[in-house]
Amino acid sequence: MAPGTLSNYLKSGAIWAFIVLELAFFSIAGEYFSLSDKAFMDFDNMLLLFKQSAPIGIIAMGMTIIMVNGNIDLSVGATYALCAIVLLDSMTWPIFAGLGDAVIPISWALALLTGVLLGALNGLIVWKTGVDAFIVTLGSMLGYRGLVFMYNGEQPTSHLNWTLVDFAEAQFLGLHTATWFLLAVTVAIWFLMNRTVHGRNAYAIGDNRSAAVNAGIRVGPHMMINFMIIGFLAALSAVVFYSESGSVNPNDGELYELWIITAVVLGGTKLTGGSGSIVSTFGGVLAIQLLRKGLAHIGADTSTVNLVIGLILIAVLFLDRQLNLKGKEELRV
Amino acid sequence: MSRPDTGQTPVLRLENIVKTFPGVRALDGVSFAVMPGEVHALMGENGAGKSTLMKVLGGIHQPNEGQIFVEEQATVINTPLEAKAKGIVFIHQELSLAEELSVAENIYLGELPRKSFGRVDWNKLFAETNEILGKLNVSFDAKARVGDLSIANQQMVEIARALTVDAKAVIFDEPTASLTDAEKVVLFDVIADLKSQGVGIIYISHRMEEIFKITDRISVLRDGQYSGTLTTAQTNEDEVTQLMIGRSLDLSRNVSHGELGDVALEVRGLSCGHLYQDISFEVRRGEVVGFYGLVGAGRTEIAETLFGLRDPSAGTILLDGKEVRINSPAEAIAHGISLVPEDRKGQGLVLGMNCRDNMTLPQVDDLKAGPFVAEGAEVAIFDQYRDRLDIRTPGWRQLVGNLSGGNQQKIVIGKWLSMHPNVLILDEPTRGIDVGSKSEIHNLIRDLASQGYAVIVISSEMPEVLHVSDRIIAMYHGELIRTFSSEEVTEDNLIQAISGIRSDKVA
Ligand SMILES: Nc1ncnc2c1ncn2[C@@H]1O[C@H](COP(=O)(O)OP(=O)(O)OP(=O)(O)O)[C@@H](O)[C@H]1O
Ligand SMILES: [Mg+2]
Repeated sequence: MAPGTLSNYLKSGAIWAFIVLELAFFSIAGEYFSLSDKAFMDFDNMLLLFKQSAPIGIIAMGMTIIMVNGNIDLSVGATYALCAIVLLDSMTWPIFAGLGDAVIPISWALALLTGVLLGALNGLIVWKTGVDAFIVTLGSMLGYRGLVFMYNGEQPTSHLNWTLVDFAEAQFLGLHTATWFLLAVTVAIWFLMNRTVHGRNAYAIGDNRSAAVNAGIRVGPHMMINFMIIGFLAALSAVVFYSESGSVNPNDGELYELWIITAVVLGGTKLTGGSGSIVSTFGGVLAIQLLRKGLAHIGADTSTVNLVIGLILIAVLFLDRQLNLKGKEELRV
Repeated sequence: MSRPDTGQTPVLRLENIVKTFPGVRALDGVSFAVMPGEVHALMGENGAGKSTLMKVLGGIHQPNEGQIFVEEQATVINTPLEAKAKGIVFIHQELSLAEELSVAENIYLGELPRKSFGRVDWNKLFAETNEILGKLNVSFDAKARVGDLSIANQQMVEIARALTVDAKAVIFDEPTASLTDAEKVVLFDVIADLKSQGVGIIYISHRMEEIFKITDRISVLRDGQYSGTLTTAQTNEDEVTQLMIGRSLDLSRNVSHGELGDVALEVRGLSCGHLYQDISFEVRRGEVVGFYGLVGAGRTEIAETLFGLRDPSAGTILLDGKEVRINSPAEAIAHGISLVPEDRKGQGLVLGMNCRDNMTLPQVDDLKAGPFVAEGAEVAIFDQYRDRLDIRTPGWRQLVGNLSGGNQQKIVIGKWLSMHPNVLILDEPTRGIDVGSKSEIHNLIRDLASQGYAVIVISSEMPEVLHVSDRIIAMYHGELIRTFSSEEVTEDNLIQAISGIRSDKVA
């Protein structure tokens, strides 16, 4: 075995070991503290967990590409809310009045298109101005959220379409529609990152940008495509979630960006770019959702949940660093 | 300019290229031409504009004036991609690799073979890479992670890129700076091969032996201006140096053995895992001890241990006779140890900071006037070492990342000299440095010794260690093979020692 192989295995396996640990902990602790008498590891409960992971999970896949690129996107929460409004509101527009259920694909397409356009705008600014993605998307986070509030003030935007609700609540082979979307997105993005030229270039750019430029990779357009992908995924996430709920509050999706980044980082993606894996991000998403659900299961309130997740994030990253040091001969930094 | 009378058209021709940066006229009307099947050396002092000229050819910089002709067709090269499409391959001076990716992906960076749906054709990629690696006779695999390779092997990955396209012209910008002799032989074979296929080659190097070994003609730049082309077979080192710096150099061996003082640094039985074992030596004040060996012999790792960057697994370090433990670079500096590191970009410099601040970085704490940094004192230090080391920069405000490679190295040396260390360790101090400055740095090292500094010089260049050292320690695979005094050392016994042959070892 080559040196470093073990630590690599440990690293890629770490997130799954963490999930197993969580499951064990909440199952046992649940016996003593749980308010309900259902077991935590209950099958239905686990199915629900997957479903609830979907909104954040779908976007987290896009965030992984963005972060492998060495960028970040803080505007996803606002994009998510804005696309949800487009989805629900467009179904009530008079021009589509005579269409019946045929309005569904149209509204979906409009919402997805909105997401792609908002992402493209982010990407275009990053490309053309050379301003750091952190700053650009911090601005667009505020801007897009502003648009959300301009739309309906503090009022929720609602429209319930029962055909849609049926579709969203359906279960196929036991899994919910949202879970299927999450799985499909995970597979698609995994394929993109590991099998395509675009995906491999994403790693190269994040790893050594000037090397990528010297090699003739067009970094600007490349990044713009990735912002369009994450915009699309934020919209897709909204489409899947709001098809079922039918009502969007103007502050929905707030702090989503932070949950998503936490999940991606827990999965081992480097903030500086160049490395990260879709499968581990999937693990990171599940781990966070488990933690939220598990803590609720044993009766903790939201503030405790946040505190615990914050602590765990730091502890996990510290452990990861320790695993990365390959032994005593390693150079100090 | 004399063209060889082959009647061929040049593969590349530059006419009156001007390139300015804010405050710098890096290229001032440069013209020169490369013929097919020719190895054309480009020489000049650090900052003369060699890399800039090549970046103009490689589509990285746009010239302000002038024209490029590829096979006598006037051409504009806007991006690296366009350069590649026109058959111009550029092997960069500074490694330009993505460390997390595989060797194969790096070699074909920007042009990974595709299948349908934008998929990477991995089979083709690895097959083609293995074919190239086979020609280069290297020990690593197409699937190896580049970050796991040694610097020399990473350089070989860069070189492998030259073989991926149907090149008309290949530019090598100081390719041998970190190669071992064996790897150089491979590189020269590659160049000979390209040459026989009619490729035009531009070869930048500061090493005269190489230039005279492999090139056909030599063009020289001086302060951004073209100063002449010589036919290699009809010239000599002195003539080239004249053209480069306007005077000749006295390269005679002038090691003056001054009075040796007390032992400043003593190392006893130092080991660090498998990196090196049981190393013992001492360095006196006023003495230069050279460490010679192949890349990977453990020399850099010893230096890093002395500088508090690595934990030794056994052994003791004594400074002025007192045993010390050095747990961090901060402690090493406090003990008066300075290290000019091998990898200037990674370890020596903050590229995004200006020249002055880089130079005074380890001592800003001591330069305070009240709570504030004393800028005047900083500028004074910078000016002093700029003059002493002849650093070419428009002023201290210039970002270090914009300096030429050799001038960056001088900033690192200046930084540690200005700390007035007791023990100064220089790891490959003249890598990428032009002949003029190189002899200045050699003189400087001798001066420092005569002022009572204890100096350690690690070098892979035999003439350099022979020239500056009072004693030479030969290393092989982490072992100290033999210590030579300057009387007993010869090129032959040194080569034997660094190949691990102990036959004539004296007890
Ligand atoms: N991007 C840049 N911005 C500002 N100045 C620059 C830039 N690139 C190069 N220069 C300046 O142009 C001059 C020529 O630099 P260049 O790198 O071409 O030198 P060189 O001949 O390759 O030297 P070396 O032998 O040290 O590699 C130097 O004075 C350098 O400081
Ligand atoms: Mg250069």
